[in-house]
Amino acid sequence: MLEPLIKLLGADNVLTETEDILPYGFDGTAALKCLPEAVVFPETTEQVVAVINAARQAGVSLVSRGSGTGLSGGSVPAKKSWVICLLRMNRILEVDTDNLTLLTEVGVITSAISEEAGKNGLFYPPDPGSMKVSSIGGNVANNSGGLRGLKYGVTRNYVMGMEVVLANGEVIWLGNKCVKDVAGYSLKDLFVGSEGTLGIITKVLLRLLPVPEARKTLTATFNRLEGAAETVSSIIAAKIIPCTLEFLDQKTLRCVEDYAKVGLPIEAESFLLMETDGAREVVEREAEQMRAIAEQHGAIEVKVAQNAFEADQLAAARRTAFSALARIRPTTILEDITVPRSELAGMVRFVQSVATEYNLEVANFGHMGDGNLHPTFLTNESDTEEMERVEHAMQRIFDRTIEVGGTITGEHGVGLAKKPYLAGQFHDYSYPLLKLIKQQLDPDGLLNPGKIFDLD
Amino acid sequence: MRLGQMDYSVLQQCMHCGMCLPTCPTYQETGKERNSPRGRIALMRGIADGDLKLSPAFADEMYYCLGCLACVTACPAGVDYPHLFEAARADIEDSKVMPGKQRRFWRWLSVKTIFMSPRLLHGVGRSLRIYQASGLDRLVRRLGLLKLAPKGLAALEPTTPRVQAKFSAQLIDHWEYPRGGEPKFKVGMLTGCVQDLVFSNINRDTVDVLLENQSAVFTPRNQSCCGSLHAHNGELDLARELARRQLDTFDLNELDAVISNAGGCGAHLKAYGHLLADDPEYVERAHLWDAKLMDIHEWLERFDWRVPTASVEIKLTYHDSCHLCHGQKVVKQPREILRKIPGVELVELPESSWCCGSAGIYNITQPEQATKLQIRKMENIAKTGCTMVATANPGCHLQIENGFKLKDTEGAVCHPVSILAQAYRKELSNH
Repeated sequence: MLEPLIKLLGADNVLTETEDILPYGFDGTAALKCLPEAVVFPETTEQVVAVINAARQAGVSLVSRGSGTGLSGGSVPAKKSWVICLLRMNRILEVDTDNLTLLTEVGVITSAISEEAGKNGLFYPPDPGSMKVSSIGGNVANNSGGLRGLKYGVTRNYVMGMEVVLANGEVIWLGNKCVKDVAGYSLKDLFVGSEGTLGIITKVLLRLLPVPEARKTLTATFNRLEGAAETVSSIIAAKIIPCTLEFLDQKTLRCVEDYAKVGLPIEAESFLLMETDGAREVVEREAEQMRAIAEQHGAIEVKVAQNAFEADQLAAARRTAFSALARIRPTTILEDITVPRSELAGMVRFVQSVATEYNLEVANFGHMGDGNLHPTFLTNESDTEEMERVEHAMQRIFDRTIEVGGTITGEHGVGLAKKPYLAGQFHDYSYPLLKLIKQQLDPDGLLNPGKIFDLD
Repeated sequence: MRLGQMDYSVLQQCMHCGMCLPTCPTYQETGKERNSPRGRIALMRGIADGDLKLSPAFADEMYYCLGCLACVTACPAGVDYPHLFEAARADIEDSKVMPGKQRRFWRWLSVKTIFMSPRLLHGVGRSLRIYQASGLDRLVRRLGLLKLAPKGLAALEPTTPRVQAKFSAQLIDHWEYPRGGEPKFKVGMLTGCVQDLVFSNINRDTVDVLLENQSAVFTPRNQSCCGSLHAHNGELDLARELARRQLDTFDLNELDAVISNAGGCGAHLKAYGHLLADDPEYVERAHLWDAKLMDIHEWLERFDWRVPTASVEIKLTYHDSCHLCHGQKVVKQPREILRKIPGVELVELPESSWCCGSAGIYNITQPEQATKLQIRKMENIAKTGCTMVATANPGCHLQIENGFKLKDTEGAVCHPVSILAQAYRKELSNH
């Protein structure tokens, strides 16, 4: 079945040996794996079309993948599937400095996009934790967030256009370089965050911004867990929208410090990493306001990063939080709940109380400015009894999240990991509507089947 | 099987976040997951779980890994890759899955025989020296006699290091004491095996630097290989034997530190506690040894080492030996030392901690990938405009020296400690 593909793509671009394909059986999510039947690496859009046709003939499904850093199991292979890995479509095609856009193939690594923008005096804001590893295609397919979401939004806010290969093999182009465009439905937005279930995105046109004139990074240390959350709620209520408001609890602080050794206050109960950027005067004023608010909420220390190097070091350390938590227990189960920001302090307390009730170890961190928390259960997948308690605790946290008007996933996507909980959030006709859209675009379930929801 | 028996949580520690991918030279070369740390760990886990057979493909993969440990520096989760990797290679050797009588013969001759015996190693060194010093090597090359040698061997011949006329024991006394005054410290000096044959002058320089810094230096005769070569190539039992020999050679209670000047050896030497964990007779001493084992730069930067008054006017760049920076986390110290020597201008090397391709005996076992890395390194060195490269590991030293030779460009390699020793010597001649 793979012969024609081998002829077309070259033997090096079609893998079938167990040793070659086994490492494509998982992504960055704990305890989810499935062996694909083959891994193929197209290098052009035409080759993607050929792969879709070949898969259809072979009767296998296709799971698209970038660097496999996803945190919901979205790119974990389905049974009887080929993985279509898009990393070899890795050219940046154009930077348009007149229109402030960048056109790229999807296999380019996110940080390379940032660097290319930077070389042209421009700025690509989305900066997910995995930005040095993840591909831009993966970011678009999952609508990834990052540390700057509060002020700059998420990947969706930077996608102006894209090339997509549909399940029927048609290649379509959606969007353009125009700031405004209301011609027809905003179809590109349908594909952003579709997790590879509706089509295979092959090129994206991204919006860039001018580099902010100044930025300032502050850290605040609290000896109460809720100190950080209350400070964030107050900053937002004071009508300040800084670029970054990141929260780490003590357990996370200790793990990150253990790895990164940047001098974090490991005795603190909670910790905020704050950044403001923009015009110099505004940055100075906002930094002062944030300091004052943190102190009002009992911050025992507020520090200002002395230079860009120190600021970058702190942000880089924060990006390692999730992986660093793996130091404590064998398995880390990461959540991605997001609540209205007025509910933050209550949610932080709730997570803690649920963990205590189920006798579980939990660490908490997240993009607090976005209301996005990553409570992480530190557990062991081979202990079935403990894993059951984790399940119960997770369900309680999701129920509460939905109760207060939140969402079960802010930036990681549904994939396999959140699939069982999605119906709880989409309780009206919106849930069947999701399936209706999928059935229209991919009636045979060729593309990433079994992700987000099951069709029957 | 070691992978099957090991504490499973060591394998589970990898939560496959992928943070290692951009730092892995082999993954960056091929873009295939199996050539990455997380891919290799997945394969090891497959073996441990019984999902994967210990196949020739698995063996190939484990020997394609450089063992540079860049992934260890990158890993927020703290995965113990060095020991997973050693266990995997040991399983491969036990299983005899790697084909080839020739491979077995060379492994027997080198790893299992010559590098087990200091006397044999010196004998080989002396013969090589005669071959090289007599000009016989040039004659052999001119007559094309190498065509008669096995293909791999012939290709390697020009890269054979030039052996020194005198080995460490002829350059360094058993005990040496600093001039004037009581020594503040007593330290042991490791002379290494390749270092001893090819860079005995660096060993002499190291002792000179120690003497200038109030240390009495004890250098045992006929030292064995530290065993890193063996541990990294699947011969853990031989590595243990060599570790025990080292422990028997030094009286740790008498010494403040044991000094290594080779990045690759040092990283292995500092892990004897782990290696001998199941040896009740030695384990306690091994842990004490780990605590006292110091890289020379690390040792100097521990106290106020004496900045020389004489200057060495030189512009140079510094290449991080993988096992010094990723294995031992000694990154700042060599740079600090070089910067403080009057007259030295240190230019940072782009990708300074990217493996040069030497990687123990990798340039012999995987010449193609090793050469790619060597070229990348030489290109980065060219960007600095320096013709002198400082580095603290014999493998890197030779690899970069050969890089200059292959490109036929002007350039030389030194150990940071040699520059410091030179400055101290100049002080003496100034007086």
